[in-house]
Amino acid sequence: MADLPKELRIFQDDIEKYARDYGLDFFTTVFEILDFEQLNQVASYGGFPTRYPHWSFGMEYERLSKSYSYGLSKIYEMVINNDPVVAYLLKSNAVMDQKLVMAHVFGHADFFKNNYYFSVTNRKAVDMMANHGVKIRRYVEKLGYDRVEAFIDTCLTLENLIDPHGNFMKRTRSPEADSEQDFDPSRIKVPKLRSKDYMDKFINPPEFLEQQKQKIIDEQKRERGFPDSPQQDVLQFLIDYAPLENWERDILSIIREEAYYFLPQGQTKVMNEGWASYWHTTIMTNKAMTDSEVIDYADHHSGTVSMAGGRFNPYKIGLELFRDIEDRWNKGKFGSEYDNCTNMVEKKNWDRKLGKGKEKIFEVRKIYNDVTFLDEFLTPEFCAEHKLFTFQMNPKSNEYEIASREFEKIKKQLLFQLANMGRPRIFVSNANYQNRGELYLWHQFEGVELKLETAKETLMNLHKCWRRPVHIQTRLDEHYRLLSFDGKDLTERTLSKDDAYQG
Amino acid sequence: MFLKINTDHSRFRQIIRGKIKKDLRKFISRGEVFGRKGKDLVSIPMPSIDLPHFEFGDNKGRGIGAGDGQPGQTLGPGEGKEGEGKAGNAEGLHVREVDITLEELAQILGEELGLPRIEPKGDKQMSSMRDRYTGINNIGPQSLLHFKRTYKEALRRQIANGTYDPENPIVTPEGRDERFRTWKTKPVENNNAVIILIMDVSGSMGDEQKEIVRTESFWIDTWLRSQYKGIDTRYIVHDATAREVDRETFFSTRESGGTIISSAYQLADEIIQKHYPASEWNIYPFHFSDGDNWSADDTQKCFQILEQKLLPKSNVFCYGQVESLYGSGQFFRDLKEHFQSGKSAADRVIASRIPNKEAIYDSIKEFLNKGL
Repeated sequence: MADLPKELRIFQDDIEKYARDYGLDFFTTVFEILDFEQLNQVASYGGFPTRYPHWSFGMEYERLSKSYSYGLSKIYEMVINNDPVVAYLLKSNAVMDQKLVMAHVFGHADFFKNNYYFSVTNRKAVDMMANHGVKIRRYVEKLGYDRVEAFIDTCLTLENLIDPHGNFMKRTRSPEADSEQDFDPSRIKVPKLRSKDYMDKFINPPEFLEQQKQKIIDEQKRERGFPDSPQQDVLQFLIDYAPLENWERDILSIIREEAYYFLPQGQTKVMNEGWASYWHTTIMTNKAMTDSEVIDYADHHSGTVSMAGGRFNPYKIGLELFRDIEDRWNKGKFGSEYDNCTNMVEKKNWDRKLGKGKEKIFEVRKIYNDVTFLDEFLTPEFCAEHKLFTFQMNPKSNEYEIASREFEKIKKQLLFQLANMGRPRIFVSNANYQNRGELYLWHQFEGVELKLETAKETLMNLHKCWRRPVHIQTRLDEHYRLLSFDGKDLTERTLSKDDAYQG
Repeated sequence: MFLKINTDHSRFRQIIRGKIKKDLRKFISRGEVFGRKGKDLVSIPMPSIDLPHFEFGDNKGRGIGAGDGQPGQTLGPGEGKEGEGKAGNAEGLHVREVDITLEELAQILGEELGLPRIEPKGDKQMSSMRDRYTGINNIGPQSLLHFKRTYKEALRRQIANGTYDPENPIVTPEGRDERFRTWKTKPVENNNAVIILIMDVSGSMGDEQKEIVRTESFWIDTWLRSQYKGIDTRYIVHDATAREVDRETFFSTRESGGTIISSAYQLADEIIQKHYPASEWNIYPFHFSDGDNWSADDTQKCFQILEQKLLPKSNVFCYGQVESLYGSGQFFRDLKEHFQSGKSAADRVIASRIPNKEAIYDSIKEFLNKGL
């Protein structure tokens, strides 16, 4: 890794100063300059060249290098959420590109430090990843490459089974502690034999009844689900309860920790990119750019925010939404007075000269994530201005078609895609299914079916961790379906509505 | 900067190789590999390489886009509609493909089928002269001017005589600074090979049979290419008469009419005589037919040509009999009978039956595992 050349170093100082003057607040940011091969390598490891060895990074590398050499894509920069922030620049970029990228990087750096969803991430991520790498390499030395690799494969297939709010959950009690309080034995009725009153204590002797009652209590205890409530952090559940060997438990914990580290980046993609783009345009156009760089800048920027070909571009939408918010809060275009105004002309020219735009966008970048951000700030006017639409596959023509331009539908589709990062919600609903220690997963159905093929393969991988039969309940063609794998056979059956777990 | 990507990348390649190897029989019989052939690479669709997850299915292709147009307007099939990417819409359309070099593919084929390396015949006598650009000279044609060396020379001269100014670093070469590439002519051992593919295109050979021929010849070609430096392929089609055609025509023509195999053998021999002297070339004639020759007389004529002309020149003669509804398959039996073991050239005649696509794998093995 090379230090920045003197020339770029000067730009870095300038741009950093501009960024701080605008009120951005970030950890020390270290820039490193790499050639495209090195940058592709770093990018394949998600920004951490010291990560554990695994072929999937090699696969990513091949994909990146291929698409770079065919001229399909180019990575301009990579930023790592860490203290200090590490940012990689591409050596072959022109000076103007480097300046733009630096301004963009400071936007990300500010977001990492201040956005609430990042507040619980490990800020020593570079060290964490390196430690994980060392640990896993030791296991490789001890146990052999194949065994460790096979288990990492298994873990990675389950990697997305985490709770989107898991970063904020505190464990209040140990997993063993059983909750007794909501269980009321006095309400249990023991069936009796019919008898005349005077014969009752002979036909139904009290000792026997007491014995029966105890039996029922025991049975109910056993039947009562474990865990008490469905748990979305399937990985943690496996770490706690699956019969894993210590090294396996350790590796699974590593994969889980890294998954949670990357989680906020997936939850704030639109915002994070929008925020960084907002600042690169602001800093470049107001401060950092020289006259001769205007054309190159415009070219680069318009490429970044291009929505050509009907593509939904998070950079563009994020940037425009921040601008829209700034404008609305500058002019006071919010609140019931504005919302209830029916005069369209007045509404359009609405300007209360509040000047609260800057303040608002800094607040927004602090407390929102993509879902709440779009839920709160996406307006019908915005959708119309940016020509958003929903599309849908027409099965007859086998072509995509514009489905609707209605605000509600667009918003619904967008939120659905962003919620849980477009992944199915899957919970552990019962770890003692049929009282046989079988693991029962529940897919909370939201209108989109699971991909059956990969679901089956994933289930087989889950069995490698749980080592008892595993099941997942999902819905296919309006029916409740239960996929099961017992280590040998994969079976599938339809459940009646009563048998199905309903959450 | 030291990075470990090389380890992970080669591990990935190794996994791919393993998968190809495991499914080689499938790949071969499906014939989907060579349809995606570039110059040195083939792309093999391999969706199973991605790690599975619990993920959404096709989502009925819903998503968010932006741009002009009315509801109901088509956006084209799967064009840039990844939308939010991770949301999974339209993802099923992108089957992951892995690229592999033909050389690597040949290696896998060799390992899996247990093919021996080919011992090129008459290595020693077969040599030709090759030019290699190895040196630098100060005279030569302008087209071979070596700019870098010329400027270096000019720079050296200017520094030596004190006319070089570091503040204004202009270097102007003069005539005596010019340097040119030169070549040396060296004898190189030649191991060239020519594949002569002969196909029966008479009425009885249908599309399915041609598909088999095409698939099989791709693999044979791939393997032989890995064994020889220079390879030529010639294509002959025949029904009652034979003619030489280009690759395109070879796989697409469909004629009707009778079958006179000797015409093709005759033509093959003529091509060899004209272009490929046996002392310089390894010659591989492959003949694919449904085995329904016009007459027994002609079959005898074929054997005569084989014995007297083709076999003495060729490394091996391979006959693949593709089964069709109409073919009697008589030629295969006759050939087997005529070249019974014991005869001098018999072990260089390989006949193989390819009743269907699944049999291609074994047939390739039969053809190639003598290492001739």
